[in-house]
Amino acid sequence: MSNEAVLHTNVEGAITHDEHHDEHHEHHHHETFITKYVFSQDHKMIAKQFLITGMVWAVLGGLMSVLFRLQLGYPDSHFPFLENILGKWWVQNGQITAQAYYALVTTHGTVLVFFVLTAGLSGTFANFLIPLQVGARDMASPFLNMLSYWFFFSASVVMLSSIFVETGPFSGGWTAYPPLSALKDASPGSGTGMDLWLIAMALFVVSSLLGGLNYIVTILNLRTKGMSMTRLPLTIWSLFFTAVLGVLSFPVLLSGFILLIFDRNFGTSFYLSDIYISGVGALPNEGGNAILFQHLFWFLGHPEVYIILLPAMGMVSEILSVNSRKPIFGYMAMVGSLFAIAILAFLVWAHHMFVTGLNPFLGSIFVLLTLLIAVPSAIKVFNWLTTLWRGNIRFTPAMMFAIGFVSLFISGGLTGIWLGNSALDIHLHDTMFIVAHFHIVMGVASMFGMFAGIYHWYPKMYGRYLNNTLGYIHFWITMVGAYLIFWPMHYEGLAGMPRRYYSYSAWESFKQFGGLNQFISTVAMIVFSVQILFLLNFFYSIWKGRKVTTQNPYGSNTLEWTAPIRPGHGNWPGEIPEVHRWAYDYAKDGREFIPQTTPVDPNEANH
Amino acid sequence: MSTFFTIAVIALVFLIIFQIAKASEYVAVLKGEEKSRKENNKVNGFFMVSFLIMGLIGIYWCNELFYGKTLLAHDPASVQGERVDSMMRLTLVITGFVFIITQVALFWFAYRYQETDKRKPYFFPHNNTMEVIWTVIPAIALTVLVVIGLRNWFSFTGEAPSNALQVEVTGHQFGWTFRYAGNDNKFGKKYYKLIDASNSLGLQWKDSADLNIKDDPDSHDDIVLDATMYVIKDKPVKLLINSRDVVHDVGLTEFRMKQDAVPGTPTTLWFTPKFTTREMQEKLNNPNFEYEISCDQMCGNGHYSMRGVIKVVSQFEFDAWMAGQSPAYYGAYPDKDPSKKPLPAVAAADSSAKKVAMVSSKAK
Ligand code: HEM
Ligand SMILES: [Cu+2]
Ligand SMILES: [Cu+2]
Repeated sequence: MSNEAVLHTNVEGAITHDEHHDEHHEHHHHETFITKYVFSQDHKMIAKQFLITGMVWAVLGGLMSVLFRLQLGYPDSHFPFLENILGKWWVQNGQITAQAYYALVTTHGTVLVFFVLTAGLSGTFANFLIPLQVGARDMASPFLNMLSYWFFFSASVVMLSSIFVETGPFSGGWTAYPPLSALKDASPGSGTGMDLWLIAMALFVVSSLLGGLNYIVTILNLRTKGMSMTRLPLTIWSLFFTAVLGVLSFPVLLSGFILLIFDRNFGTSFYLSDIYISGVGALPNEGGNAILFQHLFWFLGHPEVYIILLPAMGMVSEILSVNSRKPIFGYMAMVGSLFAIAILAFLVWAHHMFVTGLNPFLGSIFVLLTLLIAVPSAIKVFNWLTTLWRGNIRFTPAMMFAIGFVSLFISGGLTGIWLGNSALDIHLHDTMFIVAHFHIVMGVASMFGMFAGIYHWYPKMYGRYLNNTLGYIHFWITMVGAYLIFWPMHYEGLAGMPRRYYSYSAWESFKQFGGLNQFISTVAMIVFSVQILFLLNFFYSIWKGRKVTTQNPYGSNTLEWTAPIRPGHGNWPGEIPEVHRWAYDYAKDGREFIPQTTPVDPNEANH
Repeated sequence: MSTFFTIAVIALVFLIIFQIAKASEYVAVLKGEEKSRKENNKVNGFFMVSFLIMGLIGIYWCNELFYGKTLLAHDPASVQGERVDSMMRLTLVITGFVFIITQVALFWFAYRYQETDKRKPYFFPHNNTMEVIWTVIPAIALTVLVVIGLRNWFSFTGEAPSNALQVEVTGHQFGWTFRYAGNDNKFGKKYYKLIDASNSLGLQWKDSADLNIKDDPDSHDDIVLDATMYVIKDKPVKLLINSRDVVHDVGLTEFRMKQDAVPGTPTTLWFTPKFTTREMQEKLNNPNFEYEISCDQMCGNGHYSMRGVIKVVSQFEFDAWMAGQSPAYYGAYPDKDPSKKPLPAVAAADSSAKKVAMVSSKAK
């Protein structure tokens, strides 16, 4: 029924032991469909649940972006068939309505940031890789782990249902600034749609806290014999810092939401003051401060972007090293820079608020701290480059996405230096330049990290390979497409074009980019359809892919490749392997690779 | 119909790609996986450099196409804007340099060090000197940028010069309202609960016991306008920014300035315009040019339409324009308007004459 038996080897697993006394075999215990595939407590199955739910959201979120790009790219065209499919609220006269546009932009942002790139990315890979790479039978608490998924699932259901309410889903932007998000009279989406949005996000926060605590405890306490912290693969380090960031910052977001709920429903004035709504009149609230919410939001919001990025960085480090057949360069510097990023991530949030009337002196401190974060980022980039240098590179699809990740991270990180300098940010804030910056550095780059991870660990997840040719097509079109979409967008920002505009046609200053917008929208549609190709590859290969025949197909050092091709509950049939070295002994002493389980030879060189 | 057709074509293309991919996998198995992996490796290594070269050309081309459409292509319209632009150019040079170096290294290494049987990868786990160098150099470059940036930041956000023209800007869903202080140069008090159809800012025009509000005579000569505001060339302007409902943002792209409008928490911004609207129209060869105020903070479904206009004019034109404005107070209380005071004799009798007078004499 479950893997409690095998968990007896671990002290931390004791929490859930009492429930199941009957099962004491490691394998072949009878599992029903429900316990194996639905309410599973196996970290590998939970990982797949996160992954597939994340994929569903990625498709929905992607489709939403295609729809609103349709409006931006083809403002004068009519698509009557959309009206038939979506109905009058969304499409009128064959054109996306303004309310639909804002609903789509908001939902797209929310689900991609939280549901796809947080739950789908770190939910998947933290669950899958942590026990396998630290050498544990499962998570510290498989039961909480299962709950974490089901909270995410219910968050998904609530969020999805918000799309169907009569006044539409929440449409005030993923950052949900009040008073707009607090007052249904200010925007129809701030009514029932916002109630559901808040409930979904609260459930999501619970999910991510349950998950995060589990990841931290597992990494700290369930490492196998010999696996000291400094022998951990960088994937684990990055997932560790990700979890720490989440555990410390999501509660702050939740507190911000709770105050918002009070303002919305119980007549408090945390964020509200001096408001007169046309058609309604003056509101009684006085003395609140709308900016307070922005502080609470960005106190999560900035760490959140690193929550999204760090797992990708960790996987990319691992994949670059394995496929260059050479150790990651500067392991300790990589861990150190992750640590520095994790600390600094908490100290830069107000760089999103330079033009809110922030005290200029305070602003200057945030400029300093923000640009400081570029230093560890630079270290990482140079270390990745040196890892490739004089390697013997195998271009697996995973490796290609990892290289693409580095390229995108450079491109988007450098524009961060523009934005972090407040005097420039005054000009660039809330223009398309921001949209270009964060899509490249966070959106696409982390997506690439996720793809790299999927291609790399798919054989471990399903015991089969993805089709490589499709992988290459997927990579190249996505890579070229991503740059074609987001590179020219910087120019729109440099023309001052504001973001979140339904139409630019009435503006003398911003209407000169019609042709470019059309181009961007067209490329976006092509790139989207290539992602569908990837999904076909993914699901087809689960059942029909080429079978994995060797235990360690990449010649990799980490522990997951010492487990059986299709590991059962508990991951290793016998003893958990013991670790004798770090994860990056590639090309050492003339040997192609030396797995972590190989004891150190007394004659071996010291590095 | 055409939709259906498009979908059918896309599905077909997918199917073909899928089949080709499957077939190539079988071929790979037949050929030997090792061999086909090496072939793939060569192809992708070649694509890596090609991507680099095409990419760099593409960047150049993109710049040719769009640079002229950005604001960098013409002089910034404010004194502050000049500093923003020069700082932006320096930042571009520094980040551009790093961009080229790192991207070239990335794709070149990928190509150069693709797998061959001849090479043994180099065991190179760390090197302290190198790591120190690439920690220190970025740190220095960033320090330079921060110093320049903060100098500008403090000058932009510092006190406006005392001779600055003051204008109050209030955002609402979805438009802008402007207020000038009038003859006394003092903005009268306002309170949001006084807002109504004739008093869009809630100026304190009369006593109101239930709100505990006193009449503020300073407000009687305040001038309130919608949509368009006037400022003077070469004279600093200080905006006092408010919002009536949700958070908006006064976006002044041509002047390189921006500041949120927050309900209940006033903010400010100042700048010095350099060219009149007319000069700018000539410079850009565009008779339709206007300095537009864009709302740069999501404020609801009409966010994209929240447009305002700033007319930059000479002092002379400004004075003439100002002379034609009458305080908002008289709009609400026409009988208090001295210029329209009916002559005692005709007093109650002829209200139509009053109207004529109102239109014809917009004196100060
Ligand atoms: C070199 C490091 C970076 C610096 C200095 C930097 C700086 C900034 C600044 C100042 C802003 C605010 C711009 C504005 O709204 O006016 C911003 C926006 C943003 N950045 Fe970065 N950034 C960096 C890297 C990253 C990374 C690594 C990520 C994600 C993984 C990221 C994600 C975002 C997002 C999502 C936003 C926009 C949020 C929104 O307004 O919707 N940035 N960045
Ligand atoms: Cu940030
Ligand atoms: Cu707005």
